[in-house]
Amino acid sequence: MSKVLMKGNEAIGAAAIAAGCKYFFGYPITPQSELPEYMSAHLPRVGGVYLQAESEVAAINMVYGAAGTGKRVMTSSSSPGIALKQEGISYIAGAELPCVIVNIVRGGPGLGSIQPAQSDYNQSTRGGGDGDYRLLVYAPGSIQEMVDLVQIAFDKADYYRNPVMVLGDGMMGQMMEPVEFKDDLPKMELPEKDWATTGTKGQRKPNVINSLYLAAEELEQHNIRLQKKYDEMKQNEVRYEEYQIEDAELVIAAYGTTARIAKAAVDQLREAGIKVGLFRPITVWPYPYDVVKNLPESVKHILCVEMSMGQMIDDVRIGNEGQRPVHFVGRSGGMIPTPQLVVDKVNEILNGGK
Amino acid sequence: MAVVFQKTRGLTDVETHYCPGCTHGIIHRLVGEVLEELGVLDEAIGVAPVGCSVLAYNYFNCDMSEAAHGRAPAVATGIKRLLPENVVFTYQGDGDLASIGTAEIVHAAHRSENITTIFVNNAIYGMTGGQMAPTTMIGQRTTTSPYGRDAATTGMPIKISEMLAQVPGATFVERVAVNTPGNVRKAKKAIKRAFELQLAGKGFGIIEVLSTCPTNWGLDPVKALRWLEDNLMVYYPLGNFRDYQEVENA
Ligand SMILES: Cc1ncc(C[n+]2csc(CCOP(=O)(O)OP(=O)(O)O)c2C)c(N)n1
Ligand code: SF4
Repeated sequence: MSKVLMKGNEAIGAAAIAAGCKYFFGYPITPQSELPEYMSAHLPRVGGVYLQAESEVAAINMVYGAAGTGKRVMTSSSSPGIALKQEGISYIAGAELPCVIVNIVRGGPGLGSIQPAQSDYNQSTRGGGDGDYRLLVYAPGSIQEMVDLVQIAFDKADYYRNPVMVLGDGMMGQMMEPVEFKDDLPKMELPEKDWATTGTKGQRKPNVINSLYLAAEELEQHNIRLQKKYDEMKQNEVRYEEYQIEDAELVIAAYGTTARIAKAAVDQLREAGIKVGLFRPITVWPYPYDVVKNLPESVKHILCVEMSMGQMIDDVRIGNEGQRPVHFVGRSGGMIPTPQLVVDKVNEILNGGK
Repeated sequence: MAVVFQKTRGLTDVETHYCPGCTHGIIHRLVGEVLEELGVLDEAIGVAPVGCSVLAYNYFNCDMSEAAHGRAPAVATGIKRLLPENVVFTYQGDGDLASIGTAEIVHAAHRSENITTIFVNNAIYGMTGGQMAPTTMIGQRTTTSPYGRDAATTGMPIKISEMLAQVPGATFVERVAVNTPGNVRKAKKAIKRAFELQLAGKGFGIIEVLSTCPTNWGLDPVKALRWLEDNLMVYYPLGNFRDYQEVENA
């Protein structure tokens, strides 16, 4: 298929529809509003439903009900809205319902700003809802990758019966890039949704969608079963990109928009003969810890670059297991780091400063 | 021998966990009978609340979804929008609907979601041990209003039916009680009417059912019924606040 020029937020909508998602429940918030706007225009044309809920709390609970019917459903928001959705996300994970949640991150805390940020790393990978639950979280680095991953996300959600989050930021949502809707994306063999609440039709026993287990032993068993599922994700779903790592003396760890900036810095530094590489997690949960753990001998430093005061750095440190110093440079509040900021930090580290 | 009374197929064949004399059980039965009589049990999807009736998903003999506290109308919206041919209902207490879930119920009514809500008003938080609800009567002692509810600091008891009757999207609003056989029959009639309107695609219906909580009111079942008549039914008058014809003519 040929390439089309699309804005990130709209491309997500088109990708979701291409993946067979016909149902969207949302609430306006900058910088993701083009996505619900796109859905409100396109879903009625494919016989789907777009509904603007009264709040993010309601939107995610509509998703809970809708996902319970076994159909593909999605919601999106930005940071403060995702914070409100955390209750529902925990219930969806607990009741093992598939859905896709898009978080186009803006600066926080609180009302924060409407500019791009990565300060929702923690609330996306650790969650803000109660209990031992996990989301599969994709952090694409381009609009094309976002379009591919949104489509893959629906399969993964169905396969694992688990919510999948696509983590972008205001920059990814707003910028335009040429994208291709591929026909040859890997398709998964998906289980029958015999658990869905669709009415018994007199053909089967009633189905119940539920996250309540009043008996402690039963809830523990449920959690052990969920954990097995999360372990399977850790085994099979880790994605990442390595760039110029083989002989690097310093490796930059960055995802999404900052990874693009970091890549530009790597190219600039390599031209000057400085051996740096880039490690870009594509899944931020499950995190590619093994990549950090098994970086080549040549790597003496890791530099984490984020549009936050430092959140992913905790995962880098977990993977690093204390092997090398882990440094940080970032901007926050909606400020975007420049390649030069990264270059300067690398030079500072390699010249012995800290 | 002729069978003159039997269990409804609308309920599963299990013992409920409700306290002796609690009228949640009667209300369950009415909903179950109506679903059976309308022949929609196989198409029904119910949404259970958080409250004493949280386990309603074990009692209604149809597909069920258990919602977060107060969110049942949003969950029901999600279901009904995707499956408009199915019959969708919520069953909610007064803490669930009239406190934490006010936004969800008002907007479900406002959008005139084609669902039916059974709203059980027992003027207290039953499940958590008898705390004050927005519906608690003035002077009523609860575990969080130990000196009696005081309007000056907690407001007057909220009248949900009167409030929702002001929402243009509310198609059917009626308050009933299940304190006497006559009132039980009226309650069933109202519940049936709301489901019939849903089947006809007429939009949102709610039946507020005044109910007892002998355990947390600290009364035996008979005295609890009397307290309901002397207090709840005085402040919360029974009757229809909105019906489809009226909406049409408005
Ligand atoms: C978010 C959240 N807050 C609080 C609770 C605790 N809780 C459980 S039931 C309940 C009140 C239920 O009262 P009501 O809706 O009146 O129903 P009843 O038990 O009286 O039938 C509360 C506050 C909860 N489960 N979830
Ligand atoms: S606590 Fe009250 S509402 Fe709950 S089951 Fe007992 S009597 Fe009924």
